[in-house]
Amino acid sequence: MSSKVSPLHARVLRPESHLIENEPYYEPIGEEIQLLEAAYASQVPVLLKGPTGCGKTRFMEYVAWRLKRPLVTVSCHDDLTAADLVGRYLITGTETVWVDGPLARAVRAGAICYLDEVVEARKDTTVVIHPLADDRRMLPMEKRGEVLQAPKEFALVISYNPGYQSVLKDLKQSTRQRFVAIEFSYPGPAIEQKIIVTETGLDAPAAEKLVQLARMTRNLKGNGLDEGASTRLLVHAGKLIGRGIAPSVACHGTIAEALTDDPEMLRAVDELASALF
Amino acid sequence: MSSPPPSSDPRPGAAAADPLSAAEIEERLDELLDAVLSTRRTATGLARDIAVLARSEQEFVLHWTGVVARTNPEMAYQFSAAAPRALARLDPAAAEAWVIQAMDTYDREGLYRGSAVLKDVAEFAELAGAAASTATFEESAQVLQLFLCGLSGRRMRLDTAAHAYTDTETIYLPPRLALLPGKAENFLIYKATAALAWAQVRYGTFNVDLLPALNACSDPKRALTLFNFLETVRLEARIALALPGLARGMRQLRAAQGATDPRLARLTDPAATAEDSLAVLKEYHAEFTPPRYCYMGELHWDEAMAVRSARIARERVLLRSALARALEGEDPQRARAESAARFSLAEAGSDAAAGIELRLDGEPLALPENVGQLLESIVQDLGEIPDDYLVAAGDGGYRASVRGENDPADVWKGVYHEEGAFLYNEWDCRRRHYRKNWCVLRELDVHPGSPHFVDATLAKYAPQVAQLKRTFEMLRGEDRLLKGQPDGNDIDLDAVIAAYADVRSGMELSERLLTRRHRAERDLAVMFMVDMSGSTKGWVNDAEREALVMLAEALEVLGDRYAIYGFSGITRKRCEIFRVKRFDEPYDELVRSRIAGITPQDYTRMGAAIRHLTAVLNHVEARTKLLITLSDGKPDDYSDHYRGEYGIEDTRQALIEAHRSGVKPFCITIDREARDYLPHLYGPVNWTLVDEVARLPLKVADIYRRLTA
Repeated sequence: MSSKVSPLHARVLRPESHLIENEPYYEPIGEEIQLLEAAYASQVPVLLKGPTGCGKTRFMEYVAWRLKRPLVTVSCHDDLTAADLVGRYLITGTETVWVDGPLARAVRAGAICYLDEVVEARKDTTVVIHPLADDRRMLPMEKRGEVLQAPKEFALVISYNPGYQSVLKDLKQSTRQRFVAIEFSYPGPAIEQKIIVTETGLDAPAAEKLVQLARMTRNLKGNGLDEGASTRLLVHAGKLIGRGIAPSVACHGTIAEALTDDPEMLRAVDELASALF
Repeated sequence: MSSPPPSSDPRPGAAAADPLSAAEIEERLDELLDAVLSTRRTATGLARDIAVLARSEQEFVLHWTGVVARTNPEMAYQFSAAAPRALARLDPAAAEAWVIQAMDTYDREGLYRGSAVLKDVAEFAELAGAAASTATFEESAQVLQLFLCGLSGRRMRLDTAAHAYTDTETIYLPPRLALLPGKAENFLIYKATAALAWAQVRYGTFNVDLLPALNACSDPKRALTLFNFLETVRLEARIALALPGLARGMRQLRAAQGATDPRLARLTDPAATAEDSLAVLKEYHAEFTPPRYCYMGELHWDEAMAVRSARIARERVLLRSALARALEGEDPQRARAESAARFSLAEAGSDAAAGIELRLDGEPLALPENVGQLLESIVQDLGEIPDDYLVAAGDGGYRASVRGENDPADVWKGVYHEEGAFLYNEWDCRRRHYRKNWCVLRELDVHPGSPHFVDATLAKYAPQVAQLKRTFEMLRGEDRLLKGQPDGNDIDLDAVIAAYADVRSGMELSERLLTRRHRAERDLAVMFMVDMSGSTKGWVNDAEREALVMLAEALEVLGDRYAIYGFSGITRKRCEIFRVKRFDEPYDELVRSRIAGITPQDYTRMGAAIRHLTAVLNHVEARTKLLITLSDGKPDDYSDHYRGEYGIEDTRQALIEAHRSGVKPFCITIDREARDYLPHLYGPVNWTLVDEVARLPLKVADIYRRLTA
């Protein structure tokens, strides 16, 4: 008899109506939770700044859970247009049918809309973000000749990484001055160690070494690395080590190879890891 | 002399031929070594030794004698004297490596060191035998540099020296290590040596007053060695805390020497300082013989002290002027009035450098990264930031004196030195190897010329400029609305209507019903490298400048990123690159007057210029990178044989390097003889000849259009 793989069923979720059920693990670094909640209460949009993997997305999940609002996340890319956010007409049979984009759905549902890496999106997206981000709180739907008025539960949050974007993709003043900005950076050693321990179940000394390795790679930023190792990479490394992979192998796979393709830089990161473990 | 045979296989088939006689060899040597032979020093003895070799070996010796003689006849003499012994011990490939190493040493350190390598065949043979397991500085330096950069503390440089030591800013390592049987083990020695030197600087070895203690001992030299060992014991304990993996490696390396003496236990305490080592030194210097670990360097105390005190003085000035700048930023009015005692220090959170936070009037002050490093470096030297450092140095007079250091224009005013310059390798086709850091290149600004030149050119070619602009406009990528697309942003109504009709008539519904905006982007960066050699004097120079004006006008329409640099120079120690327009500069009055100011200079050592401009071009993000050379002839330089084959081969090698790094080279020339050498340099198609200089201004823009369309 031929063996069969029993089908697995992934849960189908609609982000605008789905509430995060379990409390996501989040370790506050400063006053960011109070700041975001105050901004939310005042219906002011928020801009999260910070390098990749420092916890911006996790922070949003945590806040959405606290506020008990659905979270609609859109990862922006360089082909993302205003129509992708607002919605478009599709043709079904011989009829045209309007389909809301994620931003429109979030506005209707009073959800938190999180536009990740917003500078990657096309310039015309700012046209729809601007009226939403000031006191009008309106989403123009040009094609339908309508304007959506956002309910007070709706919130707009965008993120951006000031570190690596090119000059061509800077956030315009007219956009950034509409937002309350919260800056994220990598957490201090004690907190970062705690995060690794909590996320991976690794013991404290091993987590401390991972934190030290991260510091070392962050020293290399600008000397051949575009970014140092993020907290996320450390968590990945920690998970592999927890499953019995030798630390040097785990660090090579999760940290060195993730940071660079340059053979000498790879070797240097490996040497740093082997000096620690 | 006929062209030299390929060096790796001297004259194929010659091995079978009969050996040359001593007389024949002497005749050839007389010719090659003419400059260093005299009545007292003849080639007879050399010829006698070479005559006993096989024919292929004889040819090897004569060929390389010729090659070396072109660099230095005395070296050639030393080579032909040492060669028979060398060939007895080395195979041909190793013998070639031996010559190349000797020539590299000569290039770098002069005749004395160079001939030392030639004489010491035995040492080379030993190293060559161990080559497979040898770790060399050249291979390891890049990785070690990054490794050190990753560790905390002052940024250390790496360099080579005969023995390992540090002067507190640079770590010197031996050029090669072959102490252990495996390459990985030898690399580990490198790593341990570098880390130990780093630890000396990081953990305060140089912060004690050593000399009185040494002089109190009966044998100061021995005492210094002992102190070095005691510090090694102390620092290894520190390394074991910070870098346990490395410390394990170090223990393995010295496993054969047995355990550490129990009397030294107090040094392994984490709180131990260099003072403790000094105390142990005083106690035991008479009775203790230190072992030597393979990764221990030497202590060059005087050199380290000199560098350290120069740095302490410099960093005090730097910090105070940085504080002055920070103060100006805070409140310009009060900055000068009273600057004393407003700065203070506090133990900072974990993120700040060296655990120190700088406060102004009790408020934390955000510091630029370099100031953070400065604070860290000062703390490493002094253990703290002394109060008198925290006074802003008012008038900024210090700043000028600190900044002026690296101005390339100043380099030639005083005695010769290489500060502030770029160093590039050069390909020596006769040695078939690079000469390391052979060319000294500087970037200079073009002295602006009369702005009337540009206006006159534009007036002269007014009709052509207008047409050129129109042609280039057509080339520009525009936003286009693509209709009938399978995916897009909006509905293509025409297509929908047609599809509706199709469906009603029983045909299948088309999928192509949407419109999409499409922008054809020209992701292109182009570097123009303009010949400013003396031979362009006169109308060639005028034509070049006119061509650049036309080109710039056209490129402004097109929106491509472009830069213009001129190149010239005289000898390898003075290659010059003239900035006319950098990539990030707009095409403005200044650039126009710089184009007008392009004047013929000296020679054309093209290799270094290509290498430098390729590096500049590679800093730009673009899908396509073009390096276009405007030239009037072959590469050439004053003296040192650059003219001819050597220069052409070096240029070719530089172009191959450029190509390999993703830059596309192209050449526009007015040299009618270009067909003889340009295909060899640029390949069959990547060059073009404009045989009428007067047409150059019109042609260049046209060639560019064809090239990028």
